[in-house]
Amino acid sequence: METALSVLVGCLFTVSLYLLLSKHIIRMLLGVVLLSNAVNILIFTAGRIVSVAPPFIPQDAETVSDVANPLPQALVLTAIVISFSFFAFLLVLAYRAYQDLGTDDTDEMRVAEPENDGLPPLGY
Amino acid sequence: MLPGGLHASDYLIVMPVAICLLFGAVLLMLRKRIDWHPFFAIPGFLALFVVDVLLLLKVAAEGPQTMMMGSWKAPFGIAFTVDMMGALFVTVAGFVGLASAIYAVGSINRTERRYGFFPFLFLMMGGVSGAFLTGDLFNLYVWFEVLLIGSFGLLILGSEHEQLDGATKYCFLNLVATTLFLITTGYLYGLTGTLNMADIAEKAGQMENDGALFTIAVLFLVAFGMKAAAFPLNFWLPASYHTPRFVVSALFAGLLTKVGVYALIRVLMMLLPPERAELATLIGWVAALTMLVGALGALAQSDLRRLLNYLVISGIGIIMAGLALPAADGGLVDAAAAASGQATGATGSAMLAVGLSGSIFYALHSIVVMTALYLAAGMAARVAGTSSLRSMGGLWRERPGLAALMLIFLFAVSGLPPFSGFWPKVALVRGTIGADLPWLAAMILLSGFLTTIASARLFALAFWRNRPAPGEAPPQMRSEFMAEGEPSPAFSLLPLLILAVFVVAAGVTPQWLLAWTDVAASGVVDPASYVESVFGGGS
Repeated sequence: METALSVLVGCLFTVSLYLLLSKHIIRMLLGVVLLSNAVNILIFTAGRIVSVAPPFIPQDAETVSDVANPLPQALVLTAIVISFSFFAFLLVLAYRAYQDLGTDDTDEMRVAEPENDGLPPLGY
Repeated sequence: MLPGGLHASDYLIVMPVAICLLFGAVLLMLRKRIDWHPFFAIPGFLALFVVDVLLLLKVAAEGPQTMMMGSWKAPFGIAFTVDMMGALFVTVAGFVGLASAIYAVGSINRTERRYGFFPFLFLMMGGVSGAFLTGDLFNLYVWFEVLLIGSFGLLILGSEHEQLDGATKYCFLNLVATTLFLITTGYLYGLTGTLNMADIAEKAGQMENDGALFTIAVLFLVAFGMKAAAFPLNFWLPASYHTPRFVVSALFAGLLTKVGVYALIRVLMMLLPPERAELATLIGWVAALTMLVGALGALAQSDLRRLLNYLVISGIGIIMAGLALPAADGGLVDAAAAASGQATGATGSAMLAVGLSGSIFYALHSIVVMTALYLAAGMAARVAGTSSLRSMGGLWRERPGLAALMLIFLFAVSGLPPFSGFWPKVALVRGTIGADLPWLAAMILLSGFLTTIASARLFALAFWRNRPAPGEAPPQMRSEFMAEGEPSPAFSLLPLLILAVFVVAAGVTPQWLLAWTDVAASGVVDPASYVESVFGGGS
């Protein structure tokens, strides 16, 4: 099970990196979504998949064994919330950038760093 | 006594974060009363700075402090652990936060306040403070994201074309960097089974060196190097840092890259020292190229703020030089060095602490000076009506006070005595030569020389020469420069004076700060007291 999930994580990383290397923001957004989901599965797998029993300690016991690891679930939940909110922000930002700059090609976004800026002042 | 056997002073550890989040939330509720915002923001930042100083004094007196969230036993709960390095960083962050808030009152107009400038400012400061205070690796990731979302809000304040362009690049690259940090944290958790930094430091030290931890160290270097804008990953910074308001640029330049540097020091020097020692040569090259690229880039700019962007990068390279010293003990010491006796080991370890102390000192100096330079540049650009070096000039005559302050900060950023940039460079050069890395010492001096030329060029063009006739270089006006009237000196010169006090004090009498950074560096090189504070006293 862990091997299969590791392979899945690897595939997702590959696809998301390919998309992130694109010039077009819309593809980069898809890459960001895949990347954050790949990370979630990665953390889940890193916590080891040992059991499906919920990690509750019975009332009369001190310790408990052979239960699922509860920590990765907490981590993944946090990561999901964060990546979802960031994705929402990026969507709006990309839309505004497309509206205002008239392109979604990052090579053509040169407002902040104009290409033909000329030489800096050479004398005083 | 409070619940859980804690004294009131124990709560100091979480107060910087609590104050920031509280004021951020209150100001969000007061979004219809934007005239009140300054009256909350200034006392809020003042309270933050006072709490930071109290925390620093407590750590200086009693050593590292730990608080476990929800009274969990270490290493299971989320720990807030503050040692000398964290306390120093958080105090200086509160210091520049206060100065920037005062400056913002005079420079941020009503529309931008309505967009939520001050709430974002508090939330970003909360993220920055949390990152410096936490003792849990996953929690560090969460604070990174908190400060990132705050910085996004500040970056696009005004929604100008330039800002949307810069913000797109900034957001994507920083998000990828933090995601890489999360990936690496996941791997480290899979390997060690813990997220508590003190616990990781102990467990990683006992593990066999089979390459897995080395891979993790490389991934951390890439992730934090990207956050810190180290050389091959620095391109997002000059693309975005000149687009927001000057006061926002000032805080970004001062704080955000330094959070990356802080995380780099914390993770590589404290959690994975043997792996860091193997990477030392690579870090040395990255540091050298970062400082050179920054200094050369600054020479080639024709805009005041874009020039400063590159000075930020150059400073990051100098800080990283202190991380490039070879380890003497605990690392992979080869047989010859081991046979030659304890003496080499002892000096090597001492050099590591000297270099790291210089790095921490330089990082603190850089936080203050970069913030001050951007704020001063903001005033200069408002007086001149432009930030282009082609059409600026004559400010020495128009604003002698501002020009004098600018000169102080430019001396400091170039590392010239008697200001704060000089002493950490002395420590770094001493450390690199002592660790037998003369080329790195030469690079530090060369980049200092180039930075001096770039600073002199800035001062000569913007302040010294006469203002060029408007015909030959039409200034491009941005809405920011056409603010309604000049703010009173209390909101423009006062914050610069506050920052200048640190620059001069740390330059003329560096002993007090050097003593603290020495403690901070030895606490990172030998984290025994950090570990003890987590597992011993933390309740």
